[in-house]
Amino acid sequence: MTTIPVSNGTSNSGSSGRSNGTPAPAAPRAVFDWFSAVAALGVVGIYIRAIYFTPIERLQGAAQKIYYLHVPAALAAYIAISITALMSIVYLWLHDERADRLAEAGAEVGLVFLTVVLTSGPLWGHRIWGAWWAWWDMRLTLTLFLWFIVAAYLIVRGGVEEAAMRGRYSAVLAILAALLIPFIHLSVYLFQARLHPMPVVLKPGEPSLPPEMLTTFLLAFAAFALLCIAFIRARYRVGLLRDLAAELAA
Amino acid sequence: MTGRRTPGVVAAAWLIARKDLAIEFRTRTAFLSALVFAVLALCIFYFTWDQSVVPPADRAPGVLWVVLAFSGLLGLQRSFGVEEHDRGIDALLVSPIGREAIYVGKAIGNLVFLFAIQLVAIPALAIFYNLPFGRPLLAVGGIVLLATIGIVAVGTLFSAMAVNTRLAELLLPMLSLPFFVPILMTAAQATTLVFAGRPPAEAWPSLKILIAFDIVFLVACTLAFPYTLEE
Repeated sequence: MTTIPVSNGTSNSGSSGRSNGTPAPAAPRAVFDWFSAVAALGVVGIYIRAIYFTPIERLQGAAQKIYYLHVPAALAAYIAISITALMSIVYLWLHDERADRLAEAGAEVGLVFLTVVLTSGPLWGHRIWGAWWAWWDMRLTLTLFLWFIVAAYLIVRGGVEEAAMRGRYSAVLAILAALLIPFIHLSVYLFQARLHPMPVVLKPGEPSLPPEMLTTFLLAFAAFALLCIAFIRARYRVGLLRDLAAELAA
Repeated sequence: MTGRRTPGVVAAAWLIARKDLAIEFRTRTAFLSALVFAVLALCIFYFTWDQSVVPPADRAPGVLWVVLAFSGLLGLQRSFGVEEHDRGIDALLVSPIGREAIYVGKAIGNLVFLFAIQLVAIPALAIFYNLPFGRPLLAVGGIVLLATIGIVAVGTLFSAMAVNTRLAELLLPMLSLPFFVPILMTAAQATTLVFAGRPPAEAWPSLKILIAFDIVFLVACTLAFPYTLEE
């Protein structure tokens, strides 16, 4: 996480492409990324605290520790995906390529965190609900479809060569996806209300947590938010370097 | 861009829809393949459950919506694919008509295409799954109508996007299916209620979501469409 590699995205040659007299745009220097390092250390610290210094939940046992990974990762995913949606609107409005790059970074980081949520969730659910998957649970179903949409978004980005068109396509898709989410929410709600009773309370709400657990959770959330921003920053720089390399190669 | 006599949005859209349908009517390749696919899938799905455990009438709604979604994708694929030959899309773009009119025209063409498939597929479902003809089937027709509008609204836009990517036809299902989720969930729900002989009022919450989806995405996709074309 210390230096940022030039991604192998769209360009095929990078550094040696400076040829015909045109001044190359200044590339950001590869420096030690303190922000990412702090965020990573924070996450490590949180797990030491969660595993060794936070009491074990009486009914769920050690399985409840997944809470400190699962929920903060979900919140980080929401932060990242909100950035994508917001930056897509900004891009269609101002046609600023920085907004497009930020949207791209948000989606990729969001997909990573959603994957964490969707893998840690079934592990926890299997232990506590007795089932890997529960389709009638709204949050679960919604998260899964969100994953598919973000994956499709990134596939679209990979499938369009021209930068301006890629920006417009992905922005349109992100905005439509933002409109879609309430509809999925509504239809899952309908589906659930018809076929199943409301699920039993799946996890304790914040106020019902003992103070040590609450502190660990809040710290975990802070660490994940920091990690999310660090990832987005790093991914943004990758996008920037890729675009610079493409410009030099052209 | 004011030519000698530019058609209005509705007239231009109608011209485009008529052009697409004329091409389809003369070649019939896409229509026939989508139709055969739909009926074939209905028959294949009959054997994917144990007939003695789940009666055919209980499976019919699920089968119907899977088949309509995928045969719909076949129709939508063709919508902008047909413009790629000889770069027909360039001719559309230089013609003195609004870009929204291109979207509306393409959507009307797709709507007619999908309705034509459904006109055969739904009676075929009734025959193969021994469903009662008459009022329930008519009610299902209404649900299909609402759902198809939504499918076409998003599918037409994504068809335009997909042809311009390297992935082309691979991309359309990946983009469209997540957007079909609320449509298929609510439509299948309503269809199940109709086939179970429940009062229509019970299907109303599903239909409200369908209608809202149609309105929101028709407007949003019409507004978004110009951004998906080359500038």
